[in-house]
Amino acid sequence: MADESTDPGQWPLWEVFTQPGDGKPHEHAGSVHAPDAELALQNARDVYTRRGEAVSLWVVPSAAITASSPSDAGPFFEPGNDTPYRHPQFYKVPRGVKVF
Amino acid sequence: MADASLFEYLQRLGDDRLVLGHRLSEWCGHGPILEEDIALANISLDFIGQANLLLGLAGTVEGKGRDADALAYLRDPVDFRNVPLVEQPNGDYAATMTRSFLFDAFDYLLTRDLQDSGHPELAGIAAKAHKEATYHLRHSSEWLVRFGDGTEESHRRAQDALDELWRWTGGLFLADEVDQALHARGLAPDLAALEPEWKGMVSELIGRATLTLPPVQPITARGYRRGDHTEHLGHLLAEMQILPRSHPGAEW
Repeated sequence: MADESTDPGQWPLWEVFTQPGDGKPHEHAGSVHAPDAELALQNARDVYTRRGEAVSLWVVPSAAITASSPSDAGPFFEPGNDTPYRHPQFYKVPRGVKVF
Repeated sequence: MADASLFEYLQRLGDDRLVLGHRLSEWCGHGPILEEDIALANISLDFIGQANLLLGLAGTVEGKGRDADALAYLRDPVDFRNVPLVEQPNGDYAATMTRSFLFDAFDYLLTRDLQDSGHPELAGIAAKAHKEATYHLRHSSEWLVRFGDGTEESHRRAQDALDELWRWTGGLFLADEVDQALHARGLAPDLAALEPEWKGMVSELIGRATLTLPPVQPITARGYRRGDHTEHLGHLLAEMQILPRSHPGAEW
């Protein structure tokens, strides 16, 4: 499969992050095609924020993102499941503690 | 008694936006790329929304029971008060962006000053419209720079569009006794005062886009705010109006 973000027949792909409110973290909303950063910002505005979903936008070239691959899923994430004592649920709450 | 000058002025404002909004809507489903298709549909809806408010207010001012739909769908070309620039066909994307840029720069300045109108409802519509106009101008400016300063072909297309459309900008600043009367009453900005600022903005951007201002003078025929139009408006209205005219009162 051709990498869409470097296909010369397509504009580059940009990942869009929207901030739903002041002080909230930017969250991944999706992606857009655009020839450059300014137009990526405009396209993101038109595609993802038209109905007041955001107070701030980030666009990042998709090519700049390094992602874990599905084959990393085992070594990356499964050890956590084998060490239940790392999860707070592992520990019983002392009887004296009633309110959380 | 109905305020004839204000009714006339509101139709001018409303019709520019209705006609340009309709033109831009013609791109829906035909945009050069999905993201631009969505952008133009959004901008088109902004203009049609503004037209709805302005023509609604015009109908109230006229006081003959006509609402925004009646004015939009049941008037003939000779009753439309838009400038010829906005009715020009879309052409290619460079032509559409050039037409939008020339209007958006005007719209940006007009809505900026119209917010100070002594007519509270009109000032409120202008405040909403100015936010939209600011974004429209950014969108069309960025595209014009990229076409002008892009490839040889995109530059040629943008220059051709500018050469073709420049003559139709004359209508934008055509101030007659209606504009003067409203300006004197503190309801509308002085169009003549906006023109040098518009020319400055347009020249600056055209320079950035490495394009050249056409040597021709824009046409300033007085009829352009009084119902004179190019051949294109009749065709546009035929398409826009056929449904409500064929099925009066239809709802969907």
